[in-house]
Amino acid sequence: MTPEPPMSQEPPMTPEPPVTVGSTATPLLEVDDLRTTFHTPRGAVRAVDGVSLRLSAGETIGVVGESGSGKSVLGRTIMGLISAGPATEVQGTVRIGGRDVHALAPGERRRLWGPEVAMVFQDPMTSLNPTKRIGTHLTETLRLHLGLRRGAAADRAIELLVQVGIPEPRRRVRQFPHELSGGMRQRVVIALALACSPKLLIADEPTTALDVTVQKQILDLLGTLAERLDMATILISHDLGVIAGRTDRVAVMYAGRIAETAATAAVFEHPLHPYTDALIGSIPRLSNEPHAELRVIDGNPPDMSAPPPGCRFAPRCVHAFERCREEAPPPHEPLAYDARHSVACHAPLLPAPNADSGNADSGNADSMNGGDD
Amino acid sequence: MTRKLLLRLGELVVVLALVSFGVFLLVALIPGDPAVAILGEGHPPEDYAALRAELGLDQPILNRYLDWLGGALTGDLGHSIVPPRSAVIDRVLAALPVSAELAILGLLLAMALAIPLAMWSAAREGGLVDRAIGASTFAVLSVPSFLSGLLLIMVLVNGLGWFPRGQWVRVSESITGNLHHALLPAVVIALSEAAVFTRILRSDLVVTLREDFVLAARARGMPRWRVLVGDALRPSSFSLLTLLGLSFGSLIGSTVIVETLFALPGMGSLVVNAANQGDFPMVQGATLLIAAAYVLVNIGIDLAYGFLDPRTRRVHA
Ligand SMILES: Nc1ncnc2c1ncn2[C@@H]1O[C@H](COP(=O)(O)OP(=O)(O)OP(=O)(O)O)[C@@H](O)[C@H]1O
Ligand code: SF4
Ligand SMILES: [Mg+2]
Repeated sequence: MTPEPPMSQEPPMTPEPPVTVGSTATPLLEVDDLRTTFHTPRGAVRAVDGVSLRLSAGETIGVVGESGSGKSVLGRTIMGLISAGPATEVQGTVRIGGRDVHALAPGERRRLWGPEVAMVFQDPMTSLNPTKRIGTHLTETLRLHLGLRRGAAADRAIELLVQVGIPEPRRRVRQFPHELSGGMRQRVVIALALACSPKLLIADEPTTALDVTVQKQILDLLGTLAERLDMATILISHDLGVIAGRTDRVAVMYAGRIAETAATAAVFEHPLHPYTDALIGSIPRLSNEPHAELRVIDGNPPDMSAPPPGCRFAPRCVHAFERCREEAPPPHEPLAYDARHSVACHAPLLPAPNADSGNADSGNADSMNGGDD
Repeated sequence: MTRKLLLRLGELVVVLALVSFGVFLLVALIPGDPAVAILGEGHPPEDYAALRAELGLDQPILNRYLDWLGGALTGDLGHSIVPPRSAVIDRVLAALPVSAELAILGLLLAMALAIPLAMWSAAREGGLVDRAIGASTFAVLSVPSFLSGLLLIMVLVNGLGWFPRGQWVRVSESITGNLHHALLPAVVIALSEAAVFTRILRSDLVVTLREDFVLAARARGMPRWRVLVGDALRPSSFSLLTLLGLSFGSLIGSTVIVETLFALPGMGSLVVNAANQGDFPMVQGATLLIAAAYVLVNIGIDLAYGFLDPRTRRVHA
């Protein structure tokens, strides 16, 4: 395990304070060699298989990978929503604000959910209770965590709805989820996540289920709120295009592992992992058909109950050679010239001497703006 | 909502018209001459003919039906043909509260038993508790209610003497006395119903607990029991509600058994005795009231859907 050096190209925010609880010196989130295994009748499914990452307060990271790469399981294990059980094994550690999530008693862990870490789910059609009013969703959460009285909670619920840009909040609180459009519902889900001002927000494909026109609005809203509330964010998506320009860093996930992680701009400028490269090549341009299914990369992701030996990407990798099939590349090998850029590959693509040539330009010109951090 | 209610009431009228005609016809077509049943064999034929005329049996069937229906609308269901030839409506109104109480009490007990058991079971899906509850409900279901009733009577009535049998105390006389008499028969009714309710609700709960909104509620820090009661129960209760309405209908059948076992003066015993004696006005009147009660209960259930599931309500603009 190679911990990332704390500082590199980031401009220093404040003079280094002495190391105390809550200072920026300790990352908000520390994930070390996390492994989540589901024991199923068909065998052990290693959905997350040795992931490490760090996130400081207010920082945003995008987690990208194909369907089934373990993004949701990673997000839920970080939160502790997936925890060790009769058929589930969790190894490694997750610390949020220095507290080991999986070592906490269930009741203690529950108290993190809301004030420390919150989640926005993929499908706003299903993540709200169809038999509960919008207002009740909000007030019960506020009353549980903040101990607000009924009236105060109702007022705060209205404020939250205003904050996420819902018109006529006073009418909305009386409505049921099915009376709202998908975009409005996702705004409600975001309001719910923000209710207790969490320090970390995990957004698991927050726009995948929405219309393209609404997608951008929701992503912009999340970005604005994260910045305004100084909230660290993990933005999960299967689409690199969604993440481009929206997060400080990117972690590319493949078959339960992180293939490459770097500053967002660096990943787009010179992807080192063949998988990242292929993903960038498949980003749909804004001019493309919104729902056009892109065959991302030839072949399918491995069956996680029987992953291939060696590098898991080897069966699909155009650069694979003998060693790839026998020996797994060490995870998170940082680069000599960029300590925050790490890659798990025996033969990383050579970065072009000038960033303006190479694969990065192939298909993502329109989604690249604003990627500077 | 009022429109829906009116529609339902219209349905009630149609159903009752159909049921009443069906019942009337069926009973009228039962072989055997009521006049012979009343007078006995060996009288001169004029006597039988006179009695038939008095009972209106010499009229065409449609006329008889319309006559009877007209009476029913004014609350007159005719008279029993068995001496002392009391008014059907009086006998039915005396018996109905007993059966209704048994049914309602039985269903309430069944729900009180089933809801917590189903929640416990679903929360521990696949665990020891779940399997134990599953096995118990199965066991209860495989015991016919007359057997469990007999067992309870043997132990709790004859053995320990905790409960009475063969008497009835009306609510108006004494509430505790009434409950004392009604409880054990209601328990017998509740047992098998509770087993069915538990199984249905458990399997719906298991499905609901896999829904995103349950995970989302947990992710907001709601304690597990609150998620179970506050989020999962209501969306899981639609099948239970339907079943409740259907049970009410089938309960009329099982109360016959229970009323017979406990020798209670309810609708079950009334109808069975009347049928045995060929007392056709009694059977017709009692059946009409049972049908009316059944339809009314199911209208209530239909309206309850709107309460449980806001998606079935009309959207107010
Ligand atoms: N409870 C579970 N039991 C067994 N296997 C599971 C469980 N949850 C997830 N998995 C498996 O773990 C793997 C990763 O799933 P995950 O949902 O994290 O993928 P994902 O990257 O979020 O994909 P998607 O883009 O489709 O959401 C999949 O192979 C999935 O089948
Ligand atoms: S280790 Fe080999 S197979 Fe794996 S990504 Fe790198 S080159 Fe391809
Ligand atoms: Mg997912």
